[in-house]
Amino acid sequence: MTSKQVTIKSSTGIHAKPAAIFVKTANKFPCDIIIEKENVKINGKSIMGIMMLSLTRGSQVLLSAQGDREEEAVEELSGLMESDFAANDLR
Amino acid sequence: MKIVRVSTLNREDSDLKLILLNSGATLERKITKKDINRPGLALGGFFDPFDWERVQLFGRGEWTFLEGLSEARQREILVQFFSYPVPLVVFTHEQKPGPLFLSLAADTPVFTTELTTHNFVLRYSRILDEKLAPSAIIHGVFVEVFGVGVLLEGKSGVGKSETALELVERGHRLVADDIVEIFCRENSTIIGQGIGPVLHHMEIRGLGIISIPDLFGSGSVRKSKIVDLILHLEDWDSTKDYDRIGLESVKKQLLEVELDYLEIPVRPGRNLPILIETAAKNYILKKMGRHSAAVFTRAIENAILSKEVNHDFQTGND
Repeated sequence: MTSKQVTIKSSTGIHAKPAAIFVKTANKFPCDIIIEKENVKINGKSIMGIMMLSLTRGSQVLLSAQGDREEEAVEELSGLMESDFAANDLR
Repeated sequence: MKIVRVSTLNREDSDLKLILLNSGATLERKITKKDINRPGLALGGFFDPFDWERVQLFGRGEWTFLEGLSEARQREILVQFFSYPVPLVVFTHEQKPGPLFLSLAADTPVFTTELTTHNFVLRYSRILDEKLAPSAIIHGVFVEVFGVGVLLEGKSGVGKSETALELVERGHRLVADDIVEIFCRENSTIIGQGIGPVLHHMEIRGLGIISIPDLFGSGSVRKSKIVDLILHLEDWDSTKDYDRIGLESVKKQLLEVELDYLEIPVRPGRNLPILIETAAKNYILKKMGRHSAAVFTRAIENAILSKEVNHDFQTGND
């Protein structure tokens, strides 16, 4: 299990489109991805789960991965969460 | 440990019909115990022990007693009473305490309610029971099939949502997709429901996010439901033994409550909705006292037994 504390930096928070990008990235990895916010744990491959957390700028979450390529997954996904999604390609 | 804030109880839609009497009070105090304290002993001057962490309920008796004391004695008792961080004080029967009480209460919230003491106790216990119940958020799809609460679990991409969609199309009801909040009532029943912003929406790969009540009507969804049966969907594993007879009943624990559990292997061409409908019907049959697999095996055993007897009889005749 690899975990990392992450603070959301995106100015618009993680609404539907950033959530979709996150989930798409998470699904590239075979390991289980867990996002925890204030004792609520959700599956990081679930778009509904991420939207349910209503992550806004400054929200702190614990990002964890367990299984194959877990370190790589935490690395890439935490980078994504700390990036400004708005600057990314939001198709 | 779960807590309830006083502000939650004071919401307009709350059944407790609370009216705050001292507007400057803090509503952020925490309630951690669902018990109620009628502070008769405390008002008599006995504070050791004093269950200050509970709601302090003043019925007609408590208030009449307190009012009957001299002002000096009232002051003495109440100063001690409010030296504890009491979460809230409630007066039933629309009683209202005097200014002395409110001024000594300082920032302790003091409420009055039109309810009788008995009714208040009943409603308060029910609400607190619900709010303080053990709960969890799990990944899965929760549907009601023929009145049976069926929780579908399994890895992402195994087809839970698509299966639920087909079930809704067949007239069953969706409770929650993907994110299910479960809580335990009275240590024996698990209730499942969807959560706030994403309620009754589904994410279907290739279609995106869809709203079930908009597409299928308000009868296609349900707010909450008791969980009766857990179905675990998984990709068919040819090395694994799946139950072929159904005599053994497997249980799975959810918040320490045992629930019926079935593993359903998924393979292209298997019609999952019909399997789930059948599992639900079979569950109902079992609850009605008819265990098909058991009845069937007994019939086979009897048939075999009678053949053996016949056979013995025939050989005996030879």
